[in-house]
Amino acid sequence: MNRFSLQERALEPARLLEQLRHPSCGGYVAFEGAVRNHNEGRAVLRLEYEAFAPLALREGERILAEACARFGLERASCAHRVGALQIGELAVWVGVGAAHRGEAFDACRYIIDHIKHSVPIWKKEYYEDGDSGWVNCEHCAAAPDSHESTPAPHPHRAHGHS
Amino acid sequence: MSATVLNGLVLAGGRSTRMKRDKAGIEYAGRPQLERAMELITPLVDGRAFVSVSAEQRGDPQRSAYATIADLTSNLGPIAGIQAALHARPADAWLVLACDLPFLGPATLRHLIEQRARGRLATAYRSRFDGRPEPLCAIYEPASRASIEAWIAAGETCPRKWMSRNDVALLDLPEQRALDNVNTAQEYQEASASLGVAGGDAISGASTLPQRRRVNVRYFALLREQAGRGAEALQTDARTPQELYAQLQRDRGLQLAPQFLRVAVNDEFGDWLQPLSDGDTVAFLPPVAGG
Repeated sequence: MNRFSLQERALEPARLLEQLRHPSCGGYVAFEGAVRNHNEGRAVLRLEYEAFAPLALREGERILAEACARFGLERASCAHRVGALQIGELAVWVGVGAAHRGEAFDACRYIIDHIKHSVPIWKKEYYEDGDSGWVNCEHCAAAPDSHESTPAPHPHRAHGHS
Repeated sequence: MSATVLNGLVLAGGRSTRMKRDKAGIEYAGRPQLERAMELITPLVDGRAFVSVSAEQRGDPQRSAYATIADLTSNLGPIAGIQAALHARPADAWLVLACDLPFLGPATLRHLIEQRARGRLATAYRSRFDGRPEPLCAIYEPASRASIEAWIAAGETCPRKWMSRNDVALLDLPEQRALDNVNTAQEYQEASASLGVAGGDAISGASTLPQRRRVNVRYFALLREQAGRGAEALQTDARTPQELYAQLQRDRGLQLAPQFLRVAVNDEFGDWLQPLSDGDTVAFLPPVAGG
Protein backbone atom coordinates (compact mmCIF):
# COMPACT_ATOMS: atom_id res chain seq x y z
CA MET A 1 0.00 0.00 0.00
CA ASN A 2 1.51 3.32 -1.11
CA ARG A 3 0.33 6.65 -0.02
CA PHE A 4 1.62 10.08 -0.97
CA SER A 5 -0.23 12.96 0.69
CA LEU A 6 -0.09 16.71 1.07
CA GLN A 7 -0.97 17.89 4.55
CA GLU A 8 -2.03 21.21 6.00
CA ARG A 9 -1.45 20.24 9.59
CA ALA A 10 1.55 19.05 11.61
CA LEU A 11 2.83 15.64 10.51
CA GLU A 12 2.52 12.88 13.07
CA PRO A 13 5.39 10.41 12.53
CA ALA A 14 4.12 7.86 15.06
CA ARG A 15 0.74 7.67 13.37
CA LEU A 16 2.28 7.53 9.89
CA LEU A 17 4.59 4.70 10.91
CA GLU A 18 1.73 2.81 12.50
CA GLN A 19 -0.18 2.93 9.22
CA LEU A 20 2.84 1.48 7.46
CA ARG A 21 3.25 -1.60 9.62
CA HIS A 22 2.64 -4.98 8.08
CA PRO A 23 3.47 -8.54 9.25
CA SER A 24 5.59 -9.20 6.15
CA CYS A 25 8.03 -6.39 7.02
CA GLY A 26 11.21 -7.13 8.92
CA GLY A 27 12.68 -3.66 8.65
CA TYR A 28 11.29 -0.13 8.66
CA VAL A 29 13.18 3.04 7.82
CA ALA A 30 11.73 6.53 8.14
CA PHE A 31 13.17 9.88 7.13
CA GLU A 32 12.03 13.12 8.76
CA GLY A 33 12.83 16.37 7.01
CA ALA A 34 12.56 19.45 9.26
CA VAL A 35 12.66 23.20 8.71
CA ARG A 36 16.21 24.43 9.32
CA ASN A 37 17.07 27.87 10.66
CA HIS A 38 19.67 28.60 7.99
CA ASN A 39 20.25 28.05 4.28
CA GLU A 40 23.23 29.00 2.11
CA GLY A 41 24.64 31.12 4.89
CA ARG A 42 21.45 33.09 5.60
CA ALA A 43 19.40 32.94 8.79
CA VAL A 44 15.92 31.61 7.98
CA LEU A 45 12.94 32.59 10.15
CA ARG A 46 10.15 30.54 8.58
CA LEU A 47 9.02 29.19 5.26
CA GLU A 48 6.07 28.41 3.07
CA TYR A 49 5.42 25.44 0.84
CA GLU A 50 3.18 25.65 -2.19
CA ALA A 51 2.14 22.62 -4.24
CA PHE A 52 0.47 21.96 -7.57
CA ALA A 53 -1.74 19.42 -5.83
CA PRO A 54 -3.13 17.16 -8.58
CA LEU A 55 0.22 16.74 -10.28
CA ALA A 56 2.16 16.52 -6.99
CA LEU A 57 -0.08 13.70 -5.78
CA ARG A 58 0.26 11.81 -9.04
CA GLU A 59 4.02 12.28 -9.24
CA GLY A 60 4.46 11.33 -5.57
CA GLU A 61 2.49 8.14 -6.06
CA ARG A 62 4.54 7.34 -9.16
CA ILE A 63 7.80 7.64 -7.20
CA LEU A 64 6.50 5.42 -4.41
CA ALA A 65 5.35 2.77 -6.90
CA GLU A 66 8.69 2.89 -8.66
CA ALA A 67 10.56 2.47 -5.38
CA CYS A 68 8.38 -0.50 -4.43
CA ALA A 69 9.08 -2.20 -7.75
CA ARG A 70 12.79 -1.39 -7.76
CA PHE A 71 13.55 -2.43 -4.16
CA GLY A 72 10.85 -5.05 -3.66
CA LEU A 73 9.26 -3.08 -0.82
CA GLU A 74 6.12 -4.16 0.97
CA ARG A 75 5.10 -0.66 1.96
CA ALA A 76 6.04 2.94 1.20
CA SER A 77 4.50 6.21 2.28
CA CYS A 78 5.29 9.91 2.16
CA ALA A 79 3.54 12.94 3.63
CA HIS A 80 4.55 16.48 2.68
CA ARG A 81 3.43 19.69 4.35
CA VAL A 82 1.99 22.68 2.51
CA GLY A 83 1.40 26.17 3.89
CA ALA A 84 3.37 28.12 6.49
CA LEU A 85 5.94 26.30 8.63
CA GLN A 86 8.05 27.40 11.56
CA ILE A 87 11.65 26.41 12.33
CA GLY A 88 11.86 22.84 13.58
CA GLU A 89 8.53 21.73 12.16
CA LEU A 90 8.47 18.58 10.06
CA ALA A 91 8.21 19.37 6.36
CA VAL A 92 8.30 15.86 4.97
CA TRP A 93 8.08 12.30 6.24
CA VAL A 94 9.06 9.22 4.24
CA GLY A 95 8.60 5.70 5.58
CA VAL A 96 9.22 2.32 4.00
CA GLY A 97 8.77 -1.25 5.14
CA ALA A 98 10.71 -4.14 3.58
CA ALA A 99 11.53 -7.74 4.37
CA HIS A 100 15.15 -6.77 5.20
CA ARG A 101 16.99 -3.66 6.33
CA GLY A 102 19.18 -3.19 3.26
CA GLU A 103 16.36 -2.49 0.82
CA ALA A 104 14.59 -0.37 3.43
CA PHE A 105 17.56 2.02 3.85
CA ASP A 106 18.19 2.24 0.11
CA ALA A 107 14.54 2.75 -0.81
CA CYS A 108 13.99 5.49 1.76
CA ARG A 109 16.92 7.45 0.37
CA TYR A 110 15.73 6.85 -3.19
CA ILE A 111 12.25 8.17 -2.41
CA ILE A 112 13.28 11.38 -0.64
CA ASP A 113 15.84 12.18 -3.35
CA HIS A 114 13.29 11.76 -6.12
CA ILE A 115 10.60 13.68 -4.29
CA LYS A 116 12.92 16.64 -3.86
CA HIS A 117 13.81 16.43 -7.51
CA SER A 118 10.53 16.12 -9.34
CA VAL A 119 7.37 16.62 -7.26
CA PRO A 120 5.89 20.09 -7.99
CA ILE A 121 6.29 21.61 -4.54
CA TRP A 122 7.95 24.97 -3.99
CA LYS A 123 9.55 26.50 -0.93
CA LYS A 124 9.74 30.16 -0.04
CA GLU A 125 12.18 31.13 2.67
CA TYR A 126 11.80 34.23 4.83
CA TYR A 127 15.13 35.52 6.06
CA GLU A 128 16.17 37.35 9.19
CA ASP A 129 17.19 40.41 7.16
CA GLY A 130 13.61 40.86 5.93
CA ASP A 131 14.26 39.46 2.47
CA SER A 132 12.61 36.35 1.08
CA GLY A 133 13.18 34.03 -1.83
CA TRP A 134 12.00 30.93 -3.66
CA VAL A 135 14.55 28.16 -3.24
CA ASN A 136 16.17 27.01 -6.53
CA CYS A 137 14.41 29.76 -8.50
CA GLU A 138 16.42 32.85 -7.80
CA HIS A 139 19.16 32.16 -10.34
CA CYS A 140 16.81 31.29 -13.18
CA ALA A 141 16.10 34.73 -14.57
CA ALA A 142 16.23 35.10 -18.33
CA ALA A 143 19.25 37.09 -19.50
CA PRO A 144 17.99 40.67 -20.00
CA ASP A 145 19.21 40.83 -23.62
CA SER A 146 17.75 37.50 -24.69
CA HIS A 147 14.24 38.94 -24.89
CA GLU A 148 14.37 42.39 -26.32
CA SER A 149 10.81 43.25 -25.43
CA THR A 150 11.14 42.02 -21.85
CA PRO A 151 11.35 44.78 -19.26
CA ALA A 152 14.33 45.14 -16.97
CA PRO A 153 14.71 42.49 -14.24
CA HIS A 154 12.11 42.68 -11.53
CA PRO A 155 13.54 44.90 -8.79
CA HIS A 156 12.59 42.74 -5.82
CA ARG A 157 14.26 39.75 -7.45
CA ALA A 158 17.53 41.60 -7.95
CA HIS A 159 19.13 40.13 -4.85
CA GLY A 160 20.97 36.84 -4.90
CA HIS A 161 22.81 34.44 -2.66
CA SER A 162 26.11 35.11 -4.52
CA MET B 1 -29.60 9.63 7.43
CA SER B 2 -29.53 12.67 9.64
CA ALA B 3 -32.58 14.90 9.59
CA THR B 4 -30.46 18.06 9.62
CA VAL B 5 -31.83 20.59 7.15
CA LEU B 6 -29.37 21.97 4.63
CA ASN B 7 -29.91 25.64 3.77
CA GLY B 8 -28.14 27.72 1.18
CA LEU B 9 -26.23 30.94 1.88
CA VAL B 10 -24.92 33.12 -0.93
CA LEU B 11 -22.29 35.57 0.24
CA ALA B 12 -22.69 38.97 -1.32
CA GLY B 13 -21.75 41.04 1.68
CA GLY B 14 -18.47 42.50 0.43
CA ARG B 15 -18.21 46.05 -0.80
CA SER B 16 -15.87 44.92 -3.56
CA THR B 17 -13.29 47.67 -3.37
CA ARG B 18 -10.98 45.81 -5.73
CA MET B 19 -13.49 45.58 -8.59
CA LYS B 20 -14.56 49.24 -8.27
CA ARG B 21 -18.20 48.17 -8.70
CA ASP B 22 -20.62 46.07 -6.72
CA LYS B 23 -19.69 42.44 -7.30
CA ALA B 24 -23.22 41.14 -6.88
CA GLY B 25 -24.34 43.10 -9.94
CA ILE B 26 -21.57 42.05 -12.31
CA GLU B 27 -22.97 40.02 -15.16
CA TYR B 28 -21.82 36.83 -16.76
CA ALA B 29 -23.89 35.47 -19.63
CA GLY B 30 -26.17 38.47 -19.11
CA ARG B 31 -27.25 37.66 -15.56
CA PRO B 32 -26.11 39.26 -12.34
CA GLN B 33 -23.89 36.99 -10.29
CA LEU B 34 -26.21 37.01 -7.32
CA GLU B 35 -29.18 35.83 -9.36
CA ARG B 36 -27.07 33.12 -10.97
CA ALA B 37 -25.74 31.91 -7.61
CA MET B 38 -29.23 31.82 -6.08
CA GLU B 39 -30.59 29.85 -9.04
CA LEU B 40 -27.71 27.42 -8.71
CA ILE B 41 -28.08 26.82 -4.99
CA THR B 42 -31.86 26.87 -4.49
CA PRO B 43 -32.78 23.51 -6.13
CA LEU B 44 -29.87 21.71 -4.44
CA VAL B 45 -30.73 22.36 -0.79
CA ASP B 46 -33.65 20.86 1.11
CA GLY B 47 -34.08 23.99 3.24
CA ARG B 48 -34.19 27.60 2.04
CA ALA B 49 -31.67 29.72 0.22
CA PHE B 50 -30.63 33.08 1.70
CA VAL B 51 -28.47 35.99 0.69
CA SER B 52 -25.93 37.09 3.25
CA VAL B 53 -25.86 40.88 3.64
CA SER B 54 -24.10 43.40 5.79
CA ALA B 55 -26.31 45.49 8.05
CA GLU B 56 -26.04 48.50 5.66
CA GLN B 57 -27.09 46.44 2.62
CA ARG B 58 -30.38 45.34 4.13
CA GLY B 59 -32.47 47.67 1.93
CA ASP B 60 -30.56 47.10 -1.32
CA PRO B 61 -33.18 46.27 -4.00
CA GLN B 62 -31.17 43.61 -5.80
CA ARG B 63 -30.46 41.74 -2.58
CA SER B 64 -33.83 42.15 -0.90
CA ALA B 65 -35.55 40.31 -3.77
CA TYR B 66 -34.39 37.27 -1.80
CA ALA B 67 -34.58 36.14 1.83
CA THR B 68 -31.60 37.71 3.60
CA ILE B 69 -29.56 37.14 6.73
CA ALA B 70 -27.74 40.20 8.04
CA ASP B 71 -24.29 40.08 9.62
CA LEU B 72 -24.18 40.41 13.41
CA THR B 73 -20.73 41.96 13.29
CA SER B 74 -19.37 44.53 10.80
CA ASN B 75 -16.14 44.49 8.87
CA LEU B 76 -15.25 40.86 9.50
CA GLY B 77 -15.64 39.72 5.91
CA PRO B 78 -17.28 36.44 4.88
CA ILE B 79 -16.92 34.73 8.25
CA ALA B 80 -19.51 37.16 9.67
CA GLY B 81 -22.07 35.90 7.14
CA ILE B 82 -21.39 32.29 8.06
CA GLN B 83 -21.60 33.11 11.75
CA ALA B 84 -24.92 34.93 11.30
CA ALA B 85 -26.45 32.01 9.40
CA LEU B 86 -25.37 29.44 12.00
CA HIS B 87 -26.74 31.75 14.67
CA ALA B 88 -30.08 32.32 12.90
CA ARG B 89 -30.84 28.61 12.46
CA PRO B 90 -28.62 26.77 14.92
CA ALA B 91 -30.02 23.30 14.18
CA ASP B 92 -29.37 23.54 10.42
CA ALA B 93 -26.38 22.97 8.19
CA TRP B 94 -25.39 25.54 5.54
CA LEU B 95 -24.16 25.25 2.00
CA VAL B 96 -22.16 28.48 1.72
CA LEU B 97 -21.30 29.96 -1.64
CA ALA B 98 -19.46 33.09 -2.75
CA CYS B 99 -21.36 34.92 -5.46
CA ASP B 100 -18.31 35.51 -7.65
CA LEU B 101 -17.54 32.03 -8.96
CA PRO B 102 -18.41 32.27 -12.67
CA PHE B 103 -17.14 28.80 -13.55
CA LEU B 104 -19.05 26.98 -10.81
CA GLY B 105 -21.77 24.63 -12.03
CA PRO B 106 -24.25 22.31 -10.31
CA ALA B 107 -22.05 19.18 -10.65
CA THR B 108 -19.44 20.55 -8.24
CA LEU B 109 -22.10 21.47 -5.69
CA ARG B 110 -23.85 18.10 -6.03
CA HIS B 111 -20.55 16.31 -5.48
CA LEU B 112 -19.95 18.38 -2.33
CA ILE B 113 -23.42 17.49 -1.00
CA GLU B 114 -22.98 13.80 -1.83
CA GLN B 115 -19.56 13.61 -0.19
CA ARG B 116 -20.59 15.72 2.81
CA ALA B 117 -19.03 14.45 6.05
CA ARG B 118 -21.82 15.02 8.57
CA GLY B 119 -19.68 13.98 11.52
CA ARG B 120 -17.04 16.68 10.85
CA LEU B 121 -17.41 20.43 11.39
CA ALA B 122 -17.48 21.17 7.67
CA THR B 123 -16.85 19.75 4.21
CA ALA B 124 -14.91 21.75 1.62
CA TYR B 125 -12.84 21.44 -1.53
CA ARG B 126 -9.08 21.67 -1.67
CA SER B 127 -7.83 24.59 -3.72
CA ARG B 128 -6.44 23.34 -6.99
CA PHE B 129 -3.70 25.91 -6.62
CA ASP B 130 -2.29 25.27 -3.17
CA GLY B 131 -4.27 22.37 -1.70
CA ARG B 132 -5.70 24.58 1.06
CA PRO B 133 -9.42 24.56 1.94
CA GLU B 134 -11.87 26.64 -0.10
CA PRO B 135 -14.17 28.04 2.59
CA LEU B 136 -16.58 29.84 0.25
CA CYS B 137 -17.97 26.77 -1.49
CA ALA B 138 -18.44 24.51 1.51
CA ILE B 139 -20.94 22.90 3.86
CA TYR B 140 -20.89 24.01 7.50
CA GLU B 141 -22.48 21.65 10.01
CA PRO B 142 -24.42 22.97 13.05
CA ALA B 143 -21.53 21.79 15.24
CA SER B 144 -19.21 24.34 13.61
CA ARG B 145 -21.06 27.23 15.23
CA ALA B 146 -19.33 27.15 18.62
CA SER B 147 -15.91 26.79 17.02
CA ILE B 148 -16.47 29.67 14.59
CA GLU B 149 -17.81 31.93 17.33
CA ALA B 150 -14.79 31.15 19.49
CA TRP B 151 -12.57 31.85 16.48
CA ILE B 152 -14.16 35.28 15.97
CA ALA B 153 -14.03 35.99 19.71
CA ALA B 154 -10.29 35.26 19.58
CA GLY B 155 -9.92 38.04 17.01
CA GLU B 156 -9.51 35.77 13.98
CA THR B 157 -11.42 36.41 10.75
CA CYS B 158 -9.94 34.14 8.07
CA PRO B 159 -12.34 31.27 7.31
CA ARG B 160 -9.65 29.40 5.35
CA LYS B 161 -7.38 29.44 8.37
CA TRP B 162 -10.28 28.29 10.55
CA MET B 163 -10.80 25.35 8.20
CA SER B 164 -7.11 24.49 8.22
CA ARG B 165 -7.05 24.33 12.01
CA ASN B 166 -10.28 22.41 12.55
CA ASP B 167 -11.88 19.08 11.79
CA VAL B 168 -12.93 19.75 8.20
CA ALA B 169 -13.27 17.10 5.49
CA LEU B 170 -11.47 18.10 2.27
CA LEU B 171 -12.40 16.88 -1.20
CA ASP B 172 -10.66 17.09 -4.56
CA LEU B 173 -12.50 19.17 -7.15
CA PRO B 174 -14.32 17.09 -9.76
CA GLU B 175 -14.17 20.06 -12.18
CA GLN B 176 -10.77 21.72 -12.02
CA ARG B 177 -11.75 25.30 -12.82
CA ALA B 178 -14.99 25.36 -10.86
CA LEU B 179 -13.75 27.64 -8.08
CA ASP B 180 -11.51 29.93 -10.10
CA ASN B 181 -12.21 33.40 -8.84
CA VAL B 182 -12.74 36.70 -10.56
CA ASN B 183 -11.40 39.52 -8.49
CA THR B 184 -10.14 42.20 -10.76
CA ALA B 185 -11.79 43.90 -13.66
CA GLN B 186 -9.19 42.46 -16.02
CA GLU B 187 -9.81 38.91 -14.86
CA TYR B 188 -13.50 39.62 -15.29
CA GLN B 189 -13.03 40.56 -18.93
CA GLU B 190 -10.93 37.50 -19.58
CA ALA B 191 -13.41 35.21 -17.87
CA SER B 192 -16.26 36.72 -19.92
CA ALA B 193 -14.28 36.13 -23.11
CA SER B 194 -13.60 32.59 -22.01
CA LEU B 195 -17.31 31.97 -21.48
CA GLY B 196 -17.96 33.27 -24.99
CA VAL B 197 -20.15 36.22 -24.01
CA ALA B 198 -20.18 39.98 -23.66
CA GLY B 199 -18.23 40.73 -26.83
CA GLY B 200 -15.40 38.34 -26.04
CA ASP B 201 -13.00 37.39 -28.80
CA ALA B 202 -14.65 33.98 -29.05
CA ILE B 203 -17.39 35.70 -31.04
CA SER B 204 -16.01 38.87 -32.57
CA GLY B 205 -12.58 37.50 -33.47
CA ALA B 206 -13.63 34.10 -34.73
CA SER B 207 -13.65 34.84 -38.44
CA THR B 208 -10.50 36.95 -38.62
CA LEU B 209 -8.39 34.86 -36.25
CA PRO B 210 -9.38 31.22 -36.77
CA GLN B 211 -6.25 30.05 -34.92
CA ARG B 212 -7.25 31.59 -31.61
CA ARG B 213 -7.91 29.26 -28.74
CA ARG B 214 -8.99 29.69 -25.16
CA VAL B 215 -6.49 28.40 -22.62
CA ASN B 216 -6.26 28.51 -18.86
CA VAL B 217 -2.88 29.33 -17.43
CA ARG B 218 -1.75 28.52 -13.92
CA TYR B 219 1.19 30.11 -12.17
CA PHE B 220 3.08 28.82 -9.18
CA ALA B 221 5.61 30.15 -6.68
CA LEU B 222 7.91 32.83 -8.17
CA LEU B 223 5.98 32.88 -11.47
CA ARG B 224 2.73 33.42 -9.56
CA GLU B 225 4.27 36.42 -7.84
CA GLN B 226 5.68 37.81 -11.08
CA ALA B 227 2.37 37.35 -12.91
CA GLY B 228 0.48 38.83 -9.95
CA ARG B 229 -2.13 36.04 -10.13
CA GLY B 230 -2.47 32.32 -9.63
CA ALA B 231 -4.43 31.64 -12.78
CA GLU B 232 -6.09 33.28 -15.73
CA ALA B 233 -8.20 32.37 -18.72
CA LEU B 234 -7.08 33.95 -21.96
CA GLN B 235 -7.42 33.95 -25.73
CA THR B 236 -4.21 33.21 -27.54
CA ASP B 237 -2.90 32.39 -30.99
CA ALA B 238 0.03 30.51 -29.44
CA ARG B 239 0.13 27.00 -30.88
CA THR B 240 2.40 25.41 -28.27
CA PRO B 241 3.34 25.95 -24.62
CA GLN B 242 6.63 27.37 -25.87
CA GLU B 243 4.88 30.11 -27.87
CA LEU B 244 2.47 30.74 -25.01
CA TYR B 245 5.30 31.19 -22.52
CA ALA B 246 7.11 33.64 -24.82
CA GLN B 247 3.89 35.64 -25.05
CA LEU B 248 3.43 35.63 -21.26
CA GLN B 249 7.03 36.65 -20.65
CA ARG B 250 6.18 39.75 -22.64
CA ASP B 251 2.61 40.36 -21.42
CA ARG B 252 3.00 39.37 -17.78
CA GLY B 253 6.63 40.25 -17.18
CA LEU B 254 7.64 36.69 -16.33
CA GLN B 255 11.35 36.71 -15.60
CA LEU B 256 12.30 33.04 -15.52
CA ALA B 257 14.03 31.60 -18.57
CA PRO B 258 12.08 28.69 -20.06
CA GLN B 259 15.04 26.31 -19.94
CA PHE B 260 14.68 26.22 -16.14
CA LEU B 261 10.97 25.37 -16.24
CA ARG B 262 8.82 22.34 -16.87
CA VAL B 263 5.44 22.53 -18.49
CA ALA B 264 2.23 20.72 -17.51
CA VAL B 265 -0.85 20.46 -19.71
CA ASN B 266 -4.15 19.44 -18.13
CA ASP B 267 -2.45 18.45 -14.86
CA GLU B 268 0.12 16.13 -16.49
CA PHE B 269 3.74 16.84 -17.29
CA GLY B 270 3.75 17.93 -20.92
CA ASP B 271 6.00 18.97 -23.74
CA TRP B 272 6.99 22.49 -24.77
CA LEU B 273 6.20 21.70 -28.40
CA GLN B 274 2.96 19.78 -28.07
CA PRO B 275 0.00 21.40 -29.86
CA LEU B 276 -2.40 23.31 -27.62
CA SER B 277 -6.12 22.67 -27.91
CA ASP B 278 -9.06 24.86 -27.04
CA GLY B 279 -9.80 24.60 -23.32
CA ASP B 280 -6.39 23.28 -22.29
CA THR B 281 -4.96 24.22 -18.91
CA VAL B 282 -1.27 25.01 -19.08
CA ALA B 283 1.00 25.37 -16.06
CA PHE B 284 4.60 26.54 -16.10
CA LEU B 285 6.54 24.99 -13.25
CA PRO B 286 9.56 26.75 -11.73
CA PRO B 287 12.36 24.58 -10.32
CA VAL B 288 10.89 22.56 -7.47
CA ALA B 289 12.15 22.51 -3.89
CA GLY B 290 10.17 20.00 -1.87
CA GLY B 291 11.60 18.16 1.11
